[in-house]
Amino acid sequence: MSGTNRINLTLKVWRQKAGKSKGNLAEYQAKEISTDMSFLEMLDVVNEYLTLKGEEPIAFDHDCREGICGMCGAVINGRPHGQEKGTTLCQLHMRHFKDGETVFIEPFKAKAFKNIKDLIVDRTAFDKIIQSGGFISANTGGAQDANAILISQKNADLAMDAAACIGCGACVAACPNASAMLFVSAKVSHLTLLPQGKPEAAARVTAMVNTMDDLGFGNCSNERECEAECPKEISIANIARLNREFIKAGFFKS
Amino acid sequence: MKLNSKIPSGPLSEKWDKHKFELKLVNPANKRKFTVIVVGTGLAGGSAAASLAELGYNVKNFCIQDSPRRAHSIAAQGGINAAKNYANDGDSIRRLFYDTIKGGDFRAREGNVYRLAQISNNIIDQCVAQGVPFARDYGGLLANRSFGGAQVSRTFYARGQTGQQLLLGAYSALSRQIGSGKVKMFARREMLDLVTENNRAVGIIVRNLINGDIEMHAGDAVVLCTGGYGNVFFLSTNAMGSNVTAAYRAYKKGALFANPCFTQIHPTCIPVHGDYQSKLTLMSESLRNDGRVWAPKDRGDKRRPDQIPEAERDYYLERRYPSFGNLVPRDVASRNAKAQCDKGKGVGETGLAVYLDFRDAIKRDSKEVIEKKYGNLFAMYEKITADDPYQTPMMIYPAVHYTMGGLWVDYNLMSAIDGLFVLGEANFSDHGANRLGASALMQGLADGYFVIPYTIGGYLAGVTPDKTPASAQIFTDAAKKCSERTKRLLSIQGKKTVDDFHKRLGLILWEYCGMSRNEQGLIKAKDMIAELREEFYQNVLVPGIDKDLNQSLERAGRVADFLEFGELMVTDALNRKESCGGHFNEAFQTEEGEALRDDENFCYAAAWEFTGEGKEPTLCKEPFEFENVKLTQRSYK
Ligand SMILES: Cc1cc2nc3c(=O)[nH]c(=O)nc-3n(C[C@H](O)[C@H](O)[C@H](O)COP(=O)(O)OP(=O)(O)OC[C@H]3O[C@@H](n4cnc5c(N)ncnc54)[C@H](O)[C@@H]3O)c2cc1C
Ligand code: SF4
Ligand code: FES
Repeated sequence: MSGTNRINLTLKVWRQKAGKSKGNLAEYQAKEISTDMSFLEMLDVVNEYLTLKGEEPIAFDHDCREGICGMCGAVINGRPHGQEKGTTLCQLHMRHFKDGETVFIEPFKAKAFKNIKDLIVDRTAFDKIIQSGGFISANTGGAQDANAILISQKNADLAMDAAACIGCGACVAACPNASAMLFVSAKVSHLTLLPQGKPEAAARVTAMVNTMDDLGFGNCSNERECEAECPKEISIANIARLNREFIKAGFFKS
Repeated sequence: MKLNSKIPSGPLSEKWDKHKFELKLVNPANKRKFTVIVVGTGLAGGSAAASLAELGYNVKNFCIQDSPRRAHSIAAQGGINAAKNYANDGDSIRRLFYDTIKGGDFRAREGNVYRLAQISNNIIDQCVAQGVPFARDYGGLLANRSFGGAQVSRTFYARGQTGQQLLLGAYSALSRQIGSGKVKMFARREMLDLVTENNRAVGIIVRNLINGDIEMHAGDAVVLCTGGYGNVFFLSTNAMGSNVTAAYRAYKKGALFANPCFTQIHPTCIPVHGDYQSKLTLMSESLRNDGRVWAPKDRGDKRRPDQIPEAERDYYLERRYPSFGNLVPRDVASRNAKAQCDKGKGVGETGLAVYLDFRDAIKRDSKEVIEKKYGNLFAMYEKITADDPYQTPMMIYPAVHYTMGGLWVDYNLMSAIDGLFVLGEANFSDHGANRLGASALMQGLADGYFVIPYTIGGYLAGVTPDKTPASAQIFTDAAKKCSERTKRLLSIQGKKTVDDFHKRLGLILWEYCGMSRNEQGLIKAKDMIAELREEFYQNVLVPGIDKDLNQSLERAGRVADFLEFGELMVTDALNRKESCGGHFNEAFQTEEGEALRDDENFCYAAAWEFTGEGKEPTLCKEPFEFENVKLTQRSYK
């Protein structure tokens, strides 16, 4: 760990009580923060301080702290997961902040993601989209040998690129329309690129897009903010693929 | 208590087939009358819930996270084993079985491990059918690599995200069943107790983590898939929410806890760098294929690594183990790193690290070749430490990674409580005293997709559906006890935070019940834990109220259980007067410093029975019988 430093920050943190529709920005001092800390460790330090002072700590979601579970996420100085490219909030380190800086920390905001408390929001809408069709119907048992169907390395790689989505919701938070297109297109791409996913392709894309609309996500108007903020760098080429699949599905139906 | 492992008779390779035939079946029309509670949505829980629902059972599935997709399994990197022998390099079901038994230092059941190896192949088939994007060769066939010291290439992988892709596969199957209404999903719920009636599991009590409500859920069977307890050490590679609560509560209700002292410490993790640190990050063990491990020869050498000349470096693994060198098994590599640091030869700010150096590999193979192999790992290391491993050696140190111990289960994966099944890392069954790389994912999915769907039928066929509904008095009583516990934690209003206690517990266990143990230290630890627990109940400060989203309260409940469970670990370690796998008792080692087993006296699973608050648990032994393998001493010289 070369060049460890200590910095002081002023935090402006969104506080919102559970079940209340309004919240406000509260100011805290984060003192003597090691630049080797992750952003969430910095919040841990502030929370220990608040607890000992008799105040309620800041509620935030997190679990793996390795950038893979998709549980963490907040808007840092206006940007979901902060300013570093391809990085989740738990993997953002304090060395990217300057001593004396003021840092704004707010929850993901979108019509389909209701606030639960402080920085925690309800992302179950993503689960509902998957439940509507984001799978291959293959009951346990009865699968043929795994090597029976060849899959070109190229398609396997493309499918994997799309499957890397961690379902964090930053794309929705970044989008001016709060659209979930990047998330949905990643799942549609992952499954339609594979031969096993082809039989249900039309039904899947139709169901997922309809469910997305029903849940209050906005439309995609090609703003590209989602791609810029996605911590897993999911490409908007997936959205183009989704659109092709969607048109194809409608075409075959009519 | 007398333990009956229920291993079917007959030749090893026919046991499972025979057993499946002999198990009673539940007829399809009756399946829908049964409700099965599945706690956990990791590889074990997700696959079990989906598969049971496909069979027609009503499933209620619970997890702590906001979505089943986020279970800790998501973080597994390296891969999953199967005996497919696609590489044509001599693998077979028997070899996978043997490697797993031997890797576990002969402290697991032959019958269970053989079944695991048999099922391994179906898992890969099932996952491919679900759309898991495993790595492939140019010709479109599945790619394999060798992993964790195995001499054959049997590991399937999806880049460095194998756990994620397998879990998303199980999650998609689960989502399909949620969509169809067969699974009712309860996310952001924490199981606080198991409800039993005449030693039969009839349901669970959970806390709704959004509003703090205590809920009662009845089921005809309960399947615990709640993962490992590595976080008892506070710092580990596990996700922050991983805990022992569900398993420990079941233990207090009559399930037995087996081999709790068997924990795995992984040698290549990013070192601790401050007391604010919240978790440790694993660096894949594949790095040891090319990196050379060393420490300075002199104590307290504070020079930068590039200023330490060759003659003053000690490549201690290569020196001590000339034939295996840097590739010795996890436990050996970990203990040696600790030994260097204990001698004052550790590096970095804290002195608790050794170097993993790629200089020679880069010189030999070029930077491009190394980048192709490890580029993503190097990038991750740099993201966390701001050091560039192409320029300067990585610093690594061992970290708690996996727990082989868990609730005792029989061949049907049923615990000592009727109708309570335990799957995945939460049970003790397949990895003995040490787990091999890429075999936990295999076990979780084997249990969930291919074992429980059969064995639960054998149990339910003899049960009347919905015998004890959630309106029964035992549920109300159990719920009341849970509320009282939460209220007690909130009422203490002391001066120290929950994390403060958790960190101190972790340090005690790391010091005395970690990589190496001795009797004196363990006795001391037992007292220290008891004292800490007492202090906890006098001086912990849990802010907020119970009827709210209260993360401090959640952690307090988990730490309260860790504070009791930690003592059980120590008790188990004290009892096992031998060294095996992850349990290294300093009094029992070969001249070469290797773990020295005592097969005559300790070839058994130590399953502990709860006997009451503040009382010593009772030891129940399940002797291991080996009919198909010969017990040997490991040597890596
Ligand atoms: C960094 C890392 C890398 C790894 N890499 C590999 C690898 O390459 N190959 C390999 O084979 N293994 C690997 N492992 C091990 C493997 O990932 C785990 O052993 C395995 O995923 C455990 O799966 P599980 O289903 O048993 O439990 P988990 O995935 O831990 O799931 C536990 C579930 O239970 C729920 N739960 C827990 N407690 C409660 C409660 N009280 N109430 C309600 N719900 C609860 C959680 O919400 C979660 O859904 C790795 C482990 C780590 C830490
Ligand atoms: S597409 Fe990217 S930003 Fe959106 S949920 Fe997936 S990982 Fe997060
Ligand atoms: S905590 Fe898991 S991705 Fe950040």
